Amino acid sequence: MNRYPLWKNILIGLVLFLGLIYTLPNFYGEVPAVQVSSGKATLKLDASLNGTIEQALKDARIEHTGLFIDANSIRVRVASTDIQLRAKDAIEKRLNPDPRDPSYVVALNLLSASPSWLTAINALPMYLGLDLRGGVHFLLQVDMPGAITKRLDATAADLRTLMRDKNVRHAGITREGNNVLLRFRDAEQREAARKAISAGTADLQLADRDDAADDLKLVATLSQNAQKTIRDFAIKQNITTLHNRINELGVAEPVIQQQGADRIVVQLPGVQDVAKAKDILGRTATLEVRLVDETPGALEGALAGSVPLGTELYNERGGSPILVRNQVVLTGDRLTDAQPGFDGQTNEPAVHLTLDAAGSRIFRDVTRENVGKRMAILLIEKGKGEVVTAPVIRTEIGGGRVQISGRMTTQEASDVALLLRAGSLAAPMEIIEERTVGPSLGAENIAKGFHSTLWGFVAIAIFMSAYYMLFGLVSVIALAANLLLLVALLSLLQATLTLPGIAAMALTLGMAIDANVLINERIREELRNGVSPQAAIHAGYERAFDTILDSNITTLIAGIALLVFGSGPVRGFAVVHCLGILTSMFSAILISRMLVNIIYGRRRKLESLSIGQIWKPGN
Amino acid sequence: MEFFRIKKDLPFMRHALTFNIISLITFVLAVFFLATRGLHLSVEFTGGTLVEVTYAEAPQLEPIRSALATSGYPDAQVQNFGSARDVLIRLPNRDDLDTTKVSERTMATLHAVGGAPELRRVEFVGPQVGKELASDGAMALLLVIFGIVVYLAMRFEWRFAVSAIIANLHDVVIILGFFAFFQWEFSLPVLAAVLAVLGYSVNESVVVFDRVRETFKKKRGLTTPAVLDHAITSTISRTVITHGSTQMMVLAMLLFGGETLHYFAMALTIGILFGIYSSVLVASPLVMWLGVSREQFMKPKKEKEEAVV
Repeated sequence: MNRYPLWKNILIGLVLFLGLIYTLPNFYGEVPAVQVSSGKATLKLDASLNGTIEQALKDARIEHTGLFIDANSIRVRVASTDIQLRAKDAIEKRLNPDPRDPSYVVALNLLSASPSWLTAINALPMYLGLDLRGGVHFLLQVDMPGAITKRLDATAADLRTLMRDKNVRHAGITREGNNVLLRFRDAEQREAARKAISAGTADLQLADRDDAADDLKLVATLSQNAQKTIRDFAIKQNITTLHNRINELGVAEPVIQQQGADRIVVQLPGVQDVAKAKDILGRTATLEVRLVDETPGALEGALAGSVPLGTELYNERGGSPILVRNQVVLTGDRLTDAQPGFDGQTNEPAVHLTLDAAGSRIFRDVTRENVGKRMAILLIEKGKGEVVTAPVIRTEIGGGRVQISGRMTTQEASDVALLLRAGSLAAPMEIIEERTVGPSLGAENIAKGFHSTLWGFVAIAIFMSAYYMLFGLVSVIALAANLLLLVALLSLLQATLTLPGIAAMALTLGMAIDANVLINERIREELRNGVSPQAAIHAGYERAFDTILDSNITTLIAGIALLVFGSGPVRGFAVVHCLGILTSMFSAILISRMLVNIIYGRRRKLESLSIGQIWKPGN
Repeated sequence: MEFFRIKKDLPFMRHALTFNIISLITFVLAVFFLATRGLHLSVEFTGGTLVEVTYAEAPQLEPIRSALATSGYPDAQVQNFGSARDVLIRLPNRDDLDTTKVSERTMATLHAVGGAPELRRVEFVGPQVGKELASDGAMALLLVIFGIVVYLAMRFEWRFAVSAIIANLHDVVIILGFFAFFQWEFSLPVLAAVLAVLGYSVNESVVVFDRVRETFKKKRGLTTPAVLDHAITSTISRTVITHGSTQMMVLAMLLFGGETLHYFAMALTIGILFGIYSSVLVASPLVMWLGVSREQFMKPKKEKEEAVV
């Protein structure tokens, strides 16, 4: 009765074997590596880059110990941190010939030193949280009301243009709170306005409000759908922008994720220069359209050192200097979209811009007056400007649809579109949470967590073996298997391990022994009542099972509540806690039973069990 | 080895009232300290900035305080953390300050004071986040209570569910009372520990209740107090050994876990000690007083329907 069928033994053995394999990478430690990833959203990594990197390293006489490629990056493993720095320089020089416009992010990273066959089956070491490896964590709140207000202001301006185009007489259009108010003197005009607006857009909901006989109002509010679109757009746009900016920092594995409806989490492992990180995150980029000063000789003069009054000297993207007037024709606020595409006639790559109503009017006027001249589109970041492109104005451009073309490859067209779209934030953001952990503290936290678990485990092991003898030893082996499976599961899921997570691991082990204590006590009790050893083992496991299940479920309820409502450190705790409860059920019941079966199951004439002293009241 | 050599069932229920009065007094004291002293909430809940730095040699705290005061933070708390070489600075959020620059300005001030401080950790929590964390914590607690009551009511009986949750909630209040009395810092990991302990000590009640149910079914003719006494006595060995083992683990955390895990382990220690007491000696009498009896565990026999003509 105390034998498992062969398939059960094999199954448990298989689980343990897999557990061992997936735990293995954690023992190998890490080696320095150089990581190359794309610096531009439009640039994909391909296999040819492998050769380039290989060649760059060969030319610099640097030996590497492995080159790995995955979907988003290429990693080169090297022997020491010395070589790591040299390799980074060599690769950087080869891949980014122009340091001002890097196409690739070349960053220092650490790679698991585990053999490649482990990496091939996706066996990776546990993913350490920032509190264990050091780095910066930010939680950013996107100012959604700000984004909506900005859109309403633009809507008010659009409506003014619309009223003028449709010849509707109004007595003023203003934004009040989350509404746009249109005033009219008579109902006819209001009706005309309503028709014009409804025909133009579905984003606005219109309602009448009569404050006096000659003060009729039309209240326009953004529909729920439109508001949702604005919010979604704002957060997506901000995430894209953050990606581009963080690429500049050269962080190996940045995490940029949406959290909730209006928050963004940014995690930068290994970054210590918090000031620079904040600076880059909080940067506001703006787009400006200005006219180019083409007075003969002015540019040469400016290059020689005397910049004419009212102009500034810039470098055009790609190199050549250009003299731009100070007066700003248009700013990026007027830009609603930018998409890459092709010129309808010449089939040249082009960027299509969409301007809002007020922007279109200005643009039409300016282009009419400046046909044949050049116009510069500048991206201003941190007070530093760069001319993205400076095309020649061929005709008057009305309707708010602008096309930039000429001297562009498809690649550049999508770059420019992205830059124009992503260069600025859709809505302002504010840092509402920041955690910085220095690297020394991270290493110390790992050591502390490890020692707590180790010594706690040793103490439990000694006690259990002394108190329950062989059955105690079986419990300890089951507990060790529990730890093995938990670490394997965490490695497999790549769940973030934090210091509270390590604490949860220790605590879960401390709690998991409960199941084995329950079983062992039950077996002793059965023996005390005079049951034969084989029957006692059987009854002990059977009877204890219900209790173990009940008690684990109540603990799991607490764990799940923490998982649902926890954030940050609590979540890290909860994940490990919940997984630990599941693995402990498996190991405490199945693995320990298997061991006991192997030890005692085959003996027919079993006189006694090695489970410590069985004290009977009569003795 | 056998620690528990008990010949007869121990008469726990005879002293039921005493246990509950002790429990009540502790509870009232805990509530009193919570009300008068309040919890010393960490920066995660209150919002604010926390900067931890370490020095090669133990610095004087007074010059740091005055330097921070002159650079615009008169309300900064400066104290040692762990060792004399580690310094912890707490700065409350204020509306008139640019919150995102606080940590940089603090570090600049510290560098100006001298002694080559090394930044260990910065935590900045905006005011809105703190409130959310507090309400999320409360929600988690409610969910745990609800989940456990529903599960126990389904698995056992409502009397067991109610007793277990009363006994274990009073543990939570007592842990909080300790934190209020000693003004230990109540942080997110401590909250996690409190909730984990809630789930864990309900375990304890479950084990006893399991035995109660079994005894009711197996042994006829015992009074309810005698059944409870028997159940507690036959599980006491397991109770002490299990909790002892868990406590060994927690003790290791207390000894080796450093400052970060200190209060986490502290909350667990109090929770485990009071957990044994309350889930056994408070919950069981409550079950008795709520009127548990054998009939509730006997499956109702189907009465034969007689054909009515």
